Amino acid sequence: MSQIFYSKDHEWVALGADGLATIGITDHAQNALGDIVFVELPEPGRNVATGEACAVVESVKAASDVYAPLAGTVAEVNQAIVEEPALVNSGAEAEGWFMKLRLADVAALSGLMDRAGYDEFLATLA
Amino acid sequence: MHKTPLDALHRRLGARMVEFAGYEMPLQYQGIIAEHLACRSGAALFDVSHMGQVEIADAAGLERLVPGDMTGLRPGRQRYTLLLNAAGGIIDDLMVANLGTHFQAVLNAGRKDVDVAHMRANGLGVVTHFERALLAVQGPQAVAVVPEAAGLKFMDAAGLDIAGIACVVTRSGYTGEDGFEIGCAGAAGEALAEALLARGAVPAGLGARDSLRLEAGLCLYGNDIGETTNPVAAQLGFALSKKRLAAGDFIGAAAVTAAPAGGVPRKLVGIRLDGRAPARAHAPIHVGGQQVGEVTSGCFAPSLNAPVALGYVRADCAAPGTALDLIVRDKPLPGFVTPLPFIPHNYVR
Repeated sequence: MSQIFYSKDHEWVALGADGLATIGITDHAQNALGDIVFVELPEPGRNVATGEACAVVESVKAASDVYAPLAGTVAEVNQAIVEEPALVNSGAEAEGWFMKLRLADVAALSGLMDRAGYDEFLATLA
Repeated sequence: MHKTPLDALHRRLGARMVEFAGYEMPLQYQGIIAEHLACRSGAALFDVSHMGQVEIADAAGLERLVPGDMTGLRPGRQRYTLLLNAAGGIIDDLMVANLGTHFQAVLNAGRKDVDVAHMRANGLGVVTHFERALLAVQGPQAVAVVPEAAGLKFMDAAGLDIAGIACVVTRSGYTGEDGFEIGCAGAAGEALAEALLARGAVPAGLGARDSLRLEAGLCLYGNDIGETTNPVAAQLGFALSKKRLAAGDFIGAAAVTAAPAGGVPRKLVGIRLDGRAPARAHAPIHVGGQQVGEVTSGCFAPSLNAPVALGYVRADCAAPGTALDLIVRDKPLPGFVTPLPFIPHNYVR
């Protein structure tokens, strides 16, 4: 089980054995968005900068950007959530992942929060 | 920030609260889609106490401010009408009921202070009852939840006891479904809501209210209509009484039927999108690469499982079937003009 990191924009990042970082939005984020009805994902091969808007999620009422928590190149996207956006609600931190990035700098992961740090961050928002 | 008389109940029910028109209101409880579908298949309960209930004694006085026939509104009947400014723009849209002893108007939350000031400035006496509760029970099972009001038809109004509480009930709403709007004293609002929930109504928030009214093709003040909107362009011509237009004796009468200033007339249309991405308010509408209008409301329509929008387009692009592009995130989303409502109304006439 690889360690999971979290951003203040409510994305999670899991570094796999293949060197690719799987990225999604947190359960907190999906709950705040409500019923998700549409997801737009980047084209594989696209280079994204840290903090760049790289995906869009739409709920019934509103659109929200998803920001790249780290810089890298999009290696793969989760077509399942395009076909069934509700997967992001039911499994935000599992089967509702968004994309896999080949990170420009793996060491940048240390700039993100661990679970305990993210939970503390969430507590400050309440 | 104001709270409605049902505030404690919303919090007990786990509502997600948001600010709307100066009120803390429930956006959703279990989720917008579930609440929306509950209204289409069963009965949903909405707290709309943020809307302004006012009492008006002088029907002829009210008539000077609206294009609808008020003196001809029979006791026990309700009518949709518009407060117009001198330029024929819409100050507010409202429901007016003749309760026999007096008229009751229900005003949009964000407009009630403007409306009352306008009425008083034009010499119309109005008594505000903003402290009252207003609940809406909407859906095909509404009459099973409110059997006391089964004798009413669409747009009837009556004083009735509901669950032993003195109420003013109209058979109307803002969802396209059968249903009732029920006003009562603020202090009795929570007990009334508890009784309606116990009879099977599902609590629903402003999120579902918006998606339901949009599917029903009903305008939202502030989005689809406003002070510069001509009622004819907004497809609200049905609210302009022929008799009143002929008499021309209300504020805005001359302007409302005059040719639009600046030439090109616009019309409100319903739009279905081909894909699944919704277009939101202010998305530009293009035909053949040229902008012909703008979206005023848009959402994902849960009953259609597809995105829909309302928007104004050049009148020559308003025919059903006209292909349009809605510009979202700099990309054209293809769609087409479709007749309103998006889903059929289900009123009991």
